[in-house]
Amino acid sequence: MAPKLKDTGRQRAREGSPWTGLWVVVAKEMADHLTSVRMRILEVLIVLTAAGTVYAAIRNLQETVGQDPFLLMKLFTTAQEPLPAFVGFLGFLIPLIAIALAFDSVNGEFSRRTISRILAQPIYRDALLMGKFLAGLFTLALVLTAIWLLIIGAGIVGMGVPPSGEEVARSLWFLLASVFYGGIWLALAMVFSIVFRQPATAALASIAVWLFFIVFWEILVGMVAPILRPVQFNTAEEILAQAQLELALTRLSPNTLYSEVMLALLQPTVRSVGLVLPIQLHGAILGTPLPLHQSLLLIWPQFTGLIAATILLFALGYVLFQRREIRA
Amino acid sequence: MSELVIETHGLSKRYGDVVAVDNLDLAVRQGEVFGLLGPNGSGKTTTILMLLGLTEPTAGSVRVLGLDPARQPLSVKARVGYMPDEVGFYDELTARANLSYIARLNGLSREESARRIDEVLERMGLSAVADRPVATFSHGMRRRLGVADVLLKQPQLIIMDEPTQGLDPEGARGFLRIIHSLKEEGITVLLSSHLLHQVQAVCDRVGLFRHGRMELVGTVTELAQRVLGSAYRIRLQAEGPVSTLTEALQQLPGVVDVQHQGDSRYQVSATSDLRAEAARAVVSAGGRLLGLDVEAPSLDNIYARYFEEVEHGAEA
Repeated sequence: MAPKLKDTGRQRAREGSPWTGLWVVVAKEMADHLTSVRMRILEVLIVLTAAGTVYAAIRNLQETVGQDPFLLMKLFTTAQEPLPAFVGFLGFLIPLIAIALAFDSVNGEFSRRTISRILAQPIYRDALLMGKFLAGLFTLALVLTAIWLLIIGAGIVGMGVPPSGEEVARSLWFLLASVFYGGIWLALAMVFSIVFRQPATAALASIAVWLFFIVFWEILVGMVAPILRPVQFNTAEEILAQAQLELALTRLSPNTLYSEVMLALLQPTVRSVGLVLPIQLHGAILGTPLPLHQSLLLIWPQFTGLIAATILLFALGYVLFQRREIRA
Repeated sequence: MSELVIETHGLSKRYGDVVAVDNLDLAVRQGEVFGLLGPNGSGKTTTILMLLGLTEPTAGSVRVLGLDPARQPLSVKARVGYMPDEVGFYDELTARANLSYIARLNGLSREESARRIDEVLERMGLSAVADRPVATFSHGMRRRLGVADVLLKQPQLIIMDEPTQGLDPEGARGFLRIIHSLKEEGITVLLSSHLLHQVQAVCDRVGLFRHGRMELVGTVTELAQRVLGSAYRIRLQAEGPVSTLTEALQQLPGVVDVQHQGDSRYQVSATSDLRAEAARAVVSAGGRLLGLDVEAPSLDNIYARYFEEVEHGAEA
């Protein structure tokens, strides 16, 4: 139950830890995810994508082995027509997996009528919701880590070059960012699964939000920015202001944040993900790679933004779930 | 054995303008089977949810096993078994896996839960299907699995919401036998139902609900006397002079009314079971007793009569 704020003058604290039973829920939910048909389909999908794009990348890269110090990164980012790069696919696939894991997490318990039976056990609602979320996040992390290992393995076998420490570190950070990018969609689908009683509605709503950010957000920003910051006299300030607003708005989309993180981590030569004025490039040696900590510094706001959005959405779902009447 | 297991004072729950439960004072003693009876939407389920701390009361206080379900929900839920009206399971999991999840949520060790799961499945006659997915179970089997689920935590109090709903008559009778055996183990049982005649046999005391209020509480006989006046109808077949027999029967203490229903049939309304006395009276009045039968008070009658009167009273 939600913490009560009644002025009864009695003791206010709830008994016991809100996380009693949390790991039981996590274990059960993860077992469900990993054995579900839904997950099998997604696994096949992601493995096929990885195999296809990485195979294409290896063939492409074999000619340039030895010239590039960041071969491993290229495995993720090299595209060969007609296939986009693996990271391009990830931007689509991660939300899809995350939504598939969570869209029926809460309303499914209601429609199966298991919710009152589970909550009649000595656990708090907190443990149930948190357990479901963590199970989704761990499943996502597990799948992504497996793919990550497969790609690195394929890279070593296919190109015969072992990855350097920095490459591994970069791709590990990239893995972490991918998990939290998924976390956002997981938390969002979970919020919808609390709000809507029908799992299908929740799935549709989640996919609608995802499509909105992937397809329409950029178009919308392109329309809104000129209205809010019109360029009337064609001055540098005006153009800059408009471009900055446009950039700020696009960064509200988790897709933008993720692709910026991806860009800076996997392409060490990227020195800026925002606007760069010629004066800021003074003294820079273009085309030289940044060290890892500089790349991290570059996208640190985006990185924390991904984590913060995940936490905020989960908090929203948490509040909604605590207030929800169990009675269906 | 008269310690109170459930105690509420002025318990109320409002959903917006709708009053679901209105100023309820409920007391359930240890070891008894108490029935919350009333039509759908009369506040039974809401009351149960408040007893478990699954819904917050708008006003009033609740004590379950001496604990406050709002403050100490974990202790309450560890000791109280709850079977919801539409008990649901994870269909793709086996019966055993479903129970195992509940056992782990209750913090049972692996060995302990394996032992208890076998025990409760055996008791509910589900051992043979323990490793089949619940999706293949019939409605009656699900209900029994629901009881197994409740028994797993070895509760002191079991709350069942509409336990016999949707069961065929044989299934319902079996279910009432289960409830009876729980009572014999000393477990207090609170059940709710709108199928009055089914639970009549098993409840020690009942509370009749209507529009969120518990209007009548007591044993079925007590309620019958209060509402119907004469709770027992004794049907009697005797040959002999009608006026003499009628008079003899009417003079028995506790007889409210005697009707001669033609031929040699009489119907005696009485406040208690007067079969023996009636037989003696007929014989000593010179009649030949041919048949004797008693119709115990039925909750359906009580309920119908009481609320008919209340409604007529309100309309008048």
